[in-house]
Amino acid sequence: MTLDPNPPLLSVEGLSVAFRTRAGEVKALERVGFAIGRGETIAIVGESGSGKSVTAQAVMGILDPAGRVTEGRIGFGGMDLLQASPRELADMRGRELAMIFQNPRGALNPIRTVGDQIADVLARHEHLKGPAARARAMEMLALVKITDPRRRLDAYPFELSGGMCQRVMIALALACRPALLIADEPTTGLDVTTQAAIMDLIDELGRSRGMATVLITHDLGLAAEHCRRIVVMHAGHVVEDAPAEALFAAPRHPYTARLLAATPRPGRRLDDLVAIPGGLPDLRRADLGGCRFLDRCERAADPCRAGVEPVESAGPGGPRRVLCARPLEEVAA
Amino acid sequence: MLAMIGRRLLAALPSIAGVIVVTFLLTRLLPGDPAAYFAGPAATPQAIEEVRARLGLDRSVPAQFVGYLGDLARGDFGLSLTTGLPVLRELINRLPASLELTLAGLLFAVAVAVPLGILAAVRAGSWIDHATRIVATAGVSLPTFFTGLLLVHVFYSVLQVAPAPMGRLDVFASPPPHITGLYIVDALLTGDAATAWAALAQLALPALTLGIFALAPLARMTRAAMLSALGSDFVRAARASGLSRSRIVWVYAFRNALLPVLTTLGMVFSFLLGANVLVEKVFAWPGIGSYAIEALIVSDYAPVQGFVLTMALLYVLLNLVIDILYGIVDPRVKLES
Amino acid sequence: MAAAGEYARHLRHVVTENPVTGAAFGLFVLLVLTAVLGPVLAPYDPLQSNAAHTLEAPSARHWFGTDQLGRDVFSRVVVATRLDMTIAFASVALVFVTGTLTGVAAGHFGGWVDRLVGRASDTIMAFPLFVLAMGIVAALGNTVTNIVLATAVVNFPLYVRVARAEANVRRDAGFVEAARISGNGEARLVLFHILPNTLPIMMVQVSLTLGYAILNAAGLSFIGLGVRPPTPEWGIMVADGANYIQSGEWWIALFPGLALMLAVFCFNLLGDGLRDLIDPRRRT
Repeated sequence: MTLDPNPPLLSVEGLSVAFRTRAGEVKALERVGFAIGRGETIAIVGESGSGKSVTAQAVMGILDPAGRVTEGRIGFGGMDLLQASPRELADMRGRELAMIFQNPRGALNPIRTVGDQIADVLARHEHLKGPAARARAMEMLALVKITDPRRRLDAYPFELSGGMCQRVMIALALACRPALLIADEPTTGLDVTTQAAIMDLIDELGRSRGMATVLITHDLGLAAEHCRRIVVMHAGHVVEDAPAEALFAAPRHPYTARLLAATPRPGRRLDDLVAIPGGLPDLRRADLGGCRFLDRCERAADPCRAGVEPVESAGPGGPRRVLCARPLEEVAA
Repeated sequence: MLAMIGRRLLAALPSIAGVIVVTFLLTRLLPGDPAAYFAGPAATPQAIEEVRARLGLDRSVPAQFVGYLGDLARGDFGLSLTTGLPVLRELINRLPASLELTLAGLLFAVAVAVPLGILAAVRAGSWIDHATRIVATAGVSLPTFFTGLLLVHVFYSVLQVAPAPMGRLDVFASPPPHITGLYIVDALLTGDAATAWAALAQLALPALTLGIFALAPLARMTRAAMLSALGSDFVRAARASGLSRSRIVWVYAFRNALLPVLTTLGMVFSFLLGANVLVEKVFAWPGIGSYAIEALIVSDYAPVQGFVLTMALLYVLLNLVIDILYGIVDPRVKLES
Repeated sequence: MAAAGEYARHLRHVVTENPVTGAAFGLFVLLVLTAVLGPVLAPYDPLQSNAAHTLEAPSARHWFGTDQLGRDVFSRVVVATRLDMTIAFASVALVFVTGTLTGVAAGHFGGWVDRLVGRASDTIMAFPLFVLAMGIVAALGNTVTNIVLATAVVNFPLYVRVARAEANVRRDAGFVEAARISGNGEARLVLFHILPNTLPIMMVQVSLTLGYAILNAAGLSFIGLGVRPPTPEWGIMVADGANYIQSGEWWIALFPGLALMLAVFCFNLLGDGLRDLIDPRRRT
């Protein structure tokens, strides 16, 4: 490891999360690690159940009561969020770290006006009250390009379209100028044109405010389009972490390769798309080995059954990491 | 706001019409010959025919229904056979007693059940959660009349802290001047603290009895609604924006949880008004329930009919109030027409 | 068959994980046995008065004491089980059959059938239920049969609503469409394809309303409707005992009241257990 002169804004190291359920303990995350610098944009990609959202919730400290961080460190701006008191964490949430969700309509309180909901956040972190909070809330609505923001302040979520609700959610998340925004499937359930508009808005605001963004998505294409680096997750593991271009040019983890083969891209015929065989392993199993892709992998061999350690390598565009005992060969540049 | 209340009133009209039709039909279902029934067992055939004509039973059913509507419109609920007094007057005299009891019971139930349900949801899985579940299941399992008797036995017979279960005030005490008809309120309004206290002492056990019964469904629903609100996406989002715990629990979760609780309140009122009759009997409470029971035993039908109609109208009215409250809490209701 | 095995496994899970449900089931068996055996278990004739032993406190001879006529309260409580259970089961059976059929028909056919059924249910629901039951028994005549009928009527809307919703969901479900294409008439479709699928959820409804049915019937007899003295019945026994509470003879009312409470408690717990078994998502 080289000493980085610019320490990352957020660094997740060896993060494991388990959920208590009626049917046993689910090891949802195991030694997950990645980092993001100030103003950087990365994507966390994986199918549903891969642990993307759990990672985001662990970082935000809003895991369900049944979930528990069993080990690891979440460094943010020089402190470990896992060691912070609930009070310190609550102070940071919404001010330093913010998050937007999929299903924006459900993420807004259905019986409170959007203006009041933005004002709630401003009152909490900036002690703005009354007309001052209202004015700032209106500025925020204008910033996310909601037309007629004065009137929309008094609208309830059910009076707005899904895309508008997501804009409100973004306004709410950015109201206190956070250094990091986690966008958890922000465009799922929106129609295609709205999707593009929302993504452009996130890009633009991220750039103009120097805000780092973690985009969580199952859509590799979307990730490539908006993020410099991509973290691929599978069954609670980070299987590959690489610059977007390098990843697309030459995936090293068999799962990433499969994922790429299953992603529609320009210049590719629909017939060429290949589905990934099998499903995620049962994360309650006690004998989950080092590799959780084993049962679905055509390259599986004896070395894979032992423990697997992430392998780092340098490449064009930055370092990359892969969690595989038999990774695919790197293509010579 | 006014438009909404007007709309709700209109929506309640079919219920009111249904209630009136059913109470009318109930008299038509009387077994045997209603004229003979109303004339009494010792009546001659001629007397029976007279009663038939007087009651209008010689007319066709639709004509009788129209007659019934006319009577209701004039406030004529018929005469009680036993007392010979107009049923409506008696109902009006006794209604405040029933209302005082029901409202006190409801107040107690809400005051205990809602905080209990919230605590149980916020500390899901804790001892208070388990205790709430047991209380909730036990509460609906208790027959009200039995709870009432148990309370009388414990607090009157054994501990001797409660007054005798004989009505709203001691027989030797004089009731406060009539303002609202609710003794405690009237006594307080006239500054008569002693009477207010005496009335409260009489009211405590019957209200508690009713309250225990209503408590269970309310606590259960509050807990369930709070749990679902606390697990919702918007509460997660509120946590992600760092809002304080009290703000999340009260402004975000509780106000949303209030909606299903309000709906449950309608069902709770149905229980309360029914249980009211039983509690009135146990505590010799001079409300419309005990009036109906006295009439039932001697097969005096007009008071029973008047009682059923009054209770049903009261229930429709209470549901209307709940609907309006719902409209105030939930902005989504206003858009629907 | 696989579904039955699944249920059995789940039943074992529910009973072992939730011992309360297991206990409630044991109590249920006990109640049914008492109802069936009734008079055989009673040490005394429940109707036999005995002027020499009136108002005796519980003792080894009279476990639950004696009442104002010297009758053995224990024997009366035991014998009453049959009548109370019969009223509850009969009314629930009645409303189960009529309510489910009506609700399924309303949900399946929609249109004016649905509107008519909905209007009728709404009208019943517009009354406080116990008050309506009082009115019905008063109008139809003061008999046990009418108590059964009145209790069924006030529960009717609950059954109709649940059955209607279930049928409505399934109206356009794949298996119904398949049955229709293979030439089943609408009546056959309802009876053999939709109705059976609503049964599990209706069984939950049954166990949840049994407790209410018992309470309702006992309440009616408590205010002097239906069952006449000297017939032993829990509600009327509590009413009898109420007159002696103030003078300190608590046992006359207490034991039938406890029996009533236990029965209702048992049904409610069973209902909750059954709901967890059949529809785990709706547990609260």
